[in-house]
Amino acid sequence: MRSFRRRPLTAGAAVIAISVAAGQSAMPQDDKGFGIGQRVSEAELQLWNIDVGIDGAGLPPGEGSVQAGKAIYETKCVACHGAEGLGQPMDRLAGGQGTLKSAKPVKTIGSYWPYATTVFDYVRRAMPLDRPQSLSPDEVYALTAYLLHLNGIVESNAIMNAQTLPMVRMPNRAAFRSDPRPDAANSACQTDCR
Amino acid sequence: MSSRGTIVYGGSDASDEVHDVIREENFLVEAHGKEPRLVGRRAVLRTALGAGGVAAFAARGDAWAEAGPNTVIGLQDWMTTPGRGTGSAPYGLPSHFESAVVRSLTEHTPTDLSAWSFTPLDRLTGIITPNGLVYERHHAGIPDIDPKKHRLAIHGLVERPLVLTMDDLLRLPAVSRIYFLECAGNGYTEVVQMPRSRTAQFSHGLLSCCEWTGIPLGTILDEAGVRPEARWILAEGADAAAMARSIPIEKALDDTLVVYAQNGEMLRPEQGYPIRLLVPGWEGNLSIKWLRRLELGAQPWHTRDETSKYTDLMPDGTVRQFTFVMEAKSVITRPSGGHHLRAHGFHEISGLAWSGRGRVTAVDVSTDGGRTWHRARLDEPVLSKALTRFRSPWRWDGAAALLQSRAIDETGYVQPTREQLIAVRGTNSEDHFNAIHTWRVSENGEVSNALIQA
Ligand code: HEC
Repeated sequence: MRSFRRRPLTAGAAVIAISVAAGQSAMPQDDKGFGIGQRVSEAELQLWNIDVGIDGAGLPPGEGSVQAGKAIYETKCVACHGAEGLGQPMDRLAGGQGTLKSAKPVKTIGSYWPYATTVFDYVRRAMPLDRPQSLSPDEVYALTAYLLHLNGIVESNAIMNAQTLPMVRMPNRAAFRSDPRPDAANSACQTDCR
Repeated sequence: MSSRGTIVYGGSDASDEVHDVIREENFLVEAHGKEPRLVGRRAVLRTALGAGGVAAFAARGDAWAEAGPNTVIGLQDWMTTPGRGTGSAPYGLPSHFESAVVRSLTEHTPTDLSAWSFTPLDRLTGIITPNGLVYERHHAGIPDIDPKKHRLAIHGLVERPLVLTMDDLLRLPAVSRIYFLECAGNGYTEVVQMPRSRTAQFSHGLLSCCEWTGIPLGTILDEAGVRPEARWILAEGADAAAMARSIPIEKALDDTLVVYAQNGEMLRPEQGYPIRLLVPGWEGNLSIKWLRRLELGAQPWHTRDETSKYTDLMPDGTVRQFTFVMEAKSVITRPSGGHHLRAHGFHEISGLAWSGRGRVTAVDVSTDGGRTWHRARLDEPVLSKALTRFRSPWRWDGAAALLQSRAIDETGYVQPTREQLIAVRGTNSEDHFNAIHTWRVSENGEVSNALIQA
């Protein structure tokens, strides 16, 4: 408190202090708002901007084949996701088509995921679990091709790249709906209920 | 929650043993006066650990229980000897007698890098969760972020792409708000999974509530200048999962915050230090921790955690997506599973109610399994999208009872029964399960989850 008082207060700082104290976000505004932060270009954000849209926006140059993907999978993924993506100890990545209405649905890329671009986005950002973001774009394309092939969605000679991947149509896509809740009705009954 | 595990309840067999030792220790206190007390307490803790670890003690051992008739009115050590020095704990901790009040993990998740821990709701009171007990859900571990090297980038459909330092954020006009945070999967054990949860910690503890301090997201977005085409925001973490979720712009501009503090101190690493998003009333996964990037776009991204996970599979095979809001829900936390009523007569029933759609307007409590309901008293403050503490007086006559609570929110929504919810959603949808929960009180005073067959 003492050291604060010793510091000379400028008129501007006083205005900010008052508006903050009053809990307002209004401010001695010019068009530039608070003037906080540095301008940044998309080029500078390249290492962070890793998301992929369903239209393929954000997919990098490069490509990969099912065969190349199989080889990478068997060195970098199989320990956690099992041979041919059948799971154990971690998530199962393939199979399960036709089980979603059963008592034991098996949700995988092939049986559940609505967009193929999500496979590229997720593997690039988060896998392998112990070394995320260590894969090259070619490797991620190849792994995506292999995982789609394991699920019977692309042929064994498929090549995935920024043009082909967004064209892949996922089998469960049409099952997705928006949120219809509230969906369960109860009453505030007080006596002789049930 | 995404992948499922089995829960550890903390060795129920072991806890009876622990229980008895505690009783014996209190007896010792009475019989022998001063000497054996501390030794006895240590012996209890050791036995508890030996009998199944801290978790066994947590399951039933209650430091406040059973003093009852054995308590002596006498001089205790702490009355006749000065205590420890002022400032001997620069960062204070709870009494060591409360050491069983901890977050607990599920067992059998294949890795602790993607796992979750539960808040011990059955051992807490009020509406604020202490920082060290806020539930956790991480997807690639807890990063150790140097705030000097952390940045928040805002780009995409904005006029002025920006990068902010943590110091920049501290300069902006801040607000403090009390909001609950609830994992989409809270309550998943109460749908079909076996074994069921024995305590409120495991049945409802993916739930916490803090006072959060930070900047309205709208303030930050204004700095960057949102372009009219922008409808969604991708929020992304700096953790090794680079957790990413699409959030509608309306919610971002409504009440979403970029927070740096919880309950008056900077965020805990487990809660996103140095900054996280806080999306009030919506599933916890959206409140991206370790926030590093906000990208504005025209449509959602359909990231893995809004397609493969955090979606709700219906009996007809359709999938509900972007099911954001956490609907009205409540749970009795005292008495609750694992507690033991040791005397007939008065016992206050107390619990928590909340709604992602706004304020809780009423909570009803039933002690006969939902046949008759009584309005509970709501403790002030009753805040929108915060936990609300309810209390209801009860005289236990020693007969078996079924305790339930039912929340009603400001939209008029009444918390549904388990049967009503399952009738609509089936049992393949484990997230967003907000059904009425039942605790059984048996004639011997044991309280248990009524879904577990007696
Ligand atoms: C060290 C273990 C490990 C390794 C190695 C690993 N993963 Fe994973 N993977 C996981 C875990 C754990 C998850 C779940 C993460 C979570 O809960 O968010 C996961 C999730 C996934 C998913 C999403 C599954 C779903 O249904 O949502 C995909 C796809 C995936 N991994 C692909 C890969 C690929 C491709 C590789 C090899 C490059 C790989 N993984 C290597 C542990 C691993």
